[in-house]
Amino acid sequence: MILAVAWRNIWRSKTRSLVILVAICLGLASGVFYMGFYQGMVDQRINTAIKTEASHIQIHHKEYLNNPDKKFVIADADSVTKVIRSVSGVKATTSRIIMNTMIQSPTTSSGVKVTGINPEDEKQVTNLYTRLIEGTYFEEGKRNPIVIGKKLADKLKVKLKSKVVITLQDMEGNMTGASFKVEGIFETSNTAFDENCVFVRNDDISRVMAMDPNSCHEIAVFLDNNEELDLADQTIQSKLSGLDVKTWREIMPDVSLVESSFGLTMMIFIGVILLALLFGIINTMLMAVLERTKELGMLMAIGMNRIRVFMMILLETVMLSLVGGACGILLGWLLNLYFGVKGIDLGTWSTAYKSMGFDTLVYTKLSWSISFEISVMVIVTGIIAAIYPAMKALKLKPAEAVRIDM
Amino acid sequence: MNVIEVKNLKKIYNSSEVKVNALNGIDLTIEQGEFTAIVGPSGSGKTTFLNMLGGLDSPTEGEIAIGGTDIQHLSSSELIDFRLRNIGFVFQAYNLIPVLTAIENVEFIMQMQGVSKPERLQRAKELLTQVGLGDRVNSRPSKLSGGQQQRVAVARALASKPKFVLADEPTANLDSKSTENLLDIMEELNRKENITFIFSTHDQRVVNKARRVITLEDGKIISDVQK
Repeated sequence: MILAVAWRNIWRSKTRSLVILVAICLGLASGVFYMGFYQGMVDQRINTAIKTEASHIQIHHKEYLNNPDKKFVIADADSVTKVIRSVSGVKATTSRIIMNTMIQSPTTSSGVKVTGINPEDEKQVTNLYTRLIEGTYFEEGKRNPIVIGKKLADKLKVKLKSKVVITLQDMEGNMTGASFKVEGIFETSNTAFDENCVFVRNDDISRVMAMDPNSCHEIAVFLDNNEELDLADQTIQSKLSGLDVKTWREIMPDVSLVESSFGLTMMIFIGVILLALLFGIINTMLMAVLERTKELGMLMAIGMNRIRVFMMILLETVMLSLVGGACGILLGWLLNLYFGVKGIDLGTWSTAYKSMGFDTLVYTKLSWSISFEISVMVIVTGIIAAIYPAMKALKLKPAEAVRIDM
Repeated sequence: MNVIEVKNLKKIYNSSEVKVNALNGIDLTIEQGEFTAIVGPSGSGKTTFLNMLGGLDSPTEGEIAIGGTDIQHLSSSELIDFRLRNIGFVFQAYNLIPVLTAIENVEFIMQMQGVSKPERLQRAKELLTQVGLGDRVNSRPSKLSGGQQQRVAVARALASKPKFVLADEPTANLDSKSTENLLDIMEELNRKENITFIFSTHDQRVVNKARRVITLEDGKIISDVQK
C-alpha cells in the first residue's frame, strides 16, 4: 500500500508535479536526442574512415609509417595478400603504392598523396568509386588516368580531361614525372581528404617509378565487420611478424578518440542534465514533505517506522523521476527514429564539419544499451534526490508534527 | 486489569531561560474498559501527559507501564512498534491520509502490522460499519464530512486492536450533532467491546459522557472523579 500511497501522493499537487515532470521529460528528451545525433555523427565518421580512407587494417613495411620513404616496400605483395586472405573475417584486400609528392596543373601546384591502386581490388575495400560526382572510376582504359577530389580540382582549376603532372623520384632516386588526365572527380565528407589525396592506377605509377610490380607500400584489408577487428588484427600480426600491421584505430587515432570518448562524453552530458534536474526534484520533494508535516507526524505517531517513511518518500521521488524519465527517453527515441530516417542537414555548418571529416547530413542513431544506462542514471538521480527530503521527514517529532496548523 | 499504570510522572522542559515543570509527579491507574476524560485549562499539562501515555514523548522522571511494559525504557524504534501494536490514536484534526479511501485508511495500519489482505479487508469493513460508514468505504476523506472523517479515524484507531484508544480533543472540530454521534459510537464500542478510551478534552459534552473525569492543573491531578 506504501507504493499506492506514494504514487497517489505524486498527483496531490498536479501542477507542481507536472512542472517537474515536464522539466525531466524535456531535459532527458534533449539529452537522448543529442546522444542519438552524436552517435549517428560518430558512426558516420567511423564508417567514412573505414570505407573511404583507411579500411579496417593496413599492412606496411616495418619502417614505412615512421619514415614513409618509397624504398620501404612490401616485397612479394601477392604472397602476403594470399596469407591475409586466408585469415577468417577478411572480406577483401587491395595493395597500394603511395607517394607524397607534387601535382601541377597549368595554373598552380599542390602537395598531394598519390595512391596507386588496382581499381577492381580497391572497389572491394573502399567505396571511393561511389563518391564520384563527375567522370568515371578508371573505366576508360586509357593510359595514365587520375581521379582527384573536388577540392583539389577547384584548387588546381582543372576539370575532367584536364592534364596534370605528377613529379616524383623513381626507385633509383632520379627525378621523374608523368602527365595524367583527370578521369574522375570525387567528393567525400572530408575536405582534407578531397584536397590531399589523388588516385592513379598501380601499373601506371609503378612504371613511372620503375618499381617491381609485385611490390607495394600498403596493403589495405577490409573485414566482414568491425567486431572482428581485434581478432583479425592478432591473427594477421602472428602470420606476418616481419611486417607492420595496424588497425584503423591506430592509423587514425583522432577518429578512434572520438569513438572511445563517445560513451564518457555522453554520460557526462546526461550527468549534467540530471544534476540540474536533481535540484528541481529535491525542491519539489522538499515542498511535498514540508506540506505534509502533519500527515507524516500522524503516520509516525500511529506506528509507521522510519524505514517505511523513508521508503515512501524514496518511492515517491523515484516514481516521479521515472515517469518524467520514461516520457523523456520515449520522446528522445521518437525524435531519433524520425531523424534517423530523415537525417539532419547541417548545411549552415557544413564547411566546419567537413574539414573535420564529418558528414553534413547526420542520421541519428541510438542503441538500447544507452537508453538502459540513462534509465539507470534516472533511478539513481531519483534515489539521491529523495535522501534530503526523506531525512527531513525522519527528523519530525510526531507529537509536535500532528499539532502543526497547516 | 490495569491497562496503564503511571507512577510519579514528571516532565521538565529546560529552555535557555526558564525551566518549565509540565508534569509534577502524576500517579494514575487506568483499568481495562474505562471511558475516561482528562480535562484542565490550557497549560495544565494535558497534552504533555497524553504524549507520555501515547509514547510520543519520554518523561524526565517516573514510570509508565502499559499492559505491564515499562515504556520509558524503550528505544525510539521500539516505541514506534509499541505504539503500532498497543495504542490507538484519534487526533483533533482527524489526520487521515487524504490519498487513501476510508477503507484503505483503516487497512493501512493493519498492513503495517503484517495482517493478511483478506483479514484486514474484512476487519476494516466491519469497523467502518460499526462506526456507521459501511456505505462510504470507498470515499476519500475530502468527500466525507468532519464527523464522518473522525469516525473513520476511530475505526482506524481500533483496527490495530490496541490496548486503549487515546483521543486528543476528538470533538474540537465537530458540530454538536457530529459530536453527539461520535460520542455515542465510542460509548457503544466501550460498552459492548470493553474498549478503553482516554480523552483529553475541553468539551463539556465529552465530560458529561465520561465515566471518570481526571482534572489536571499545573501538571498535577487535582481531582479524579468516578461517576
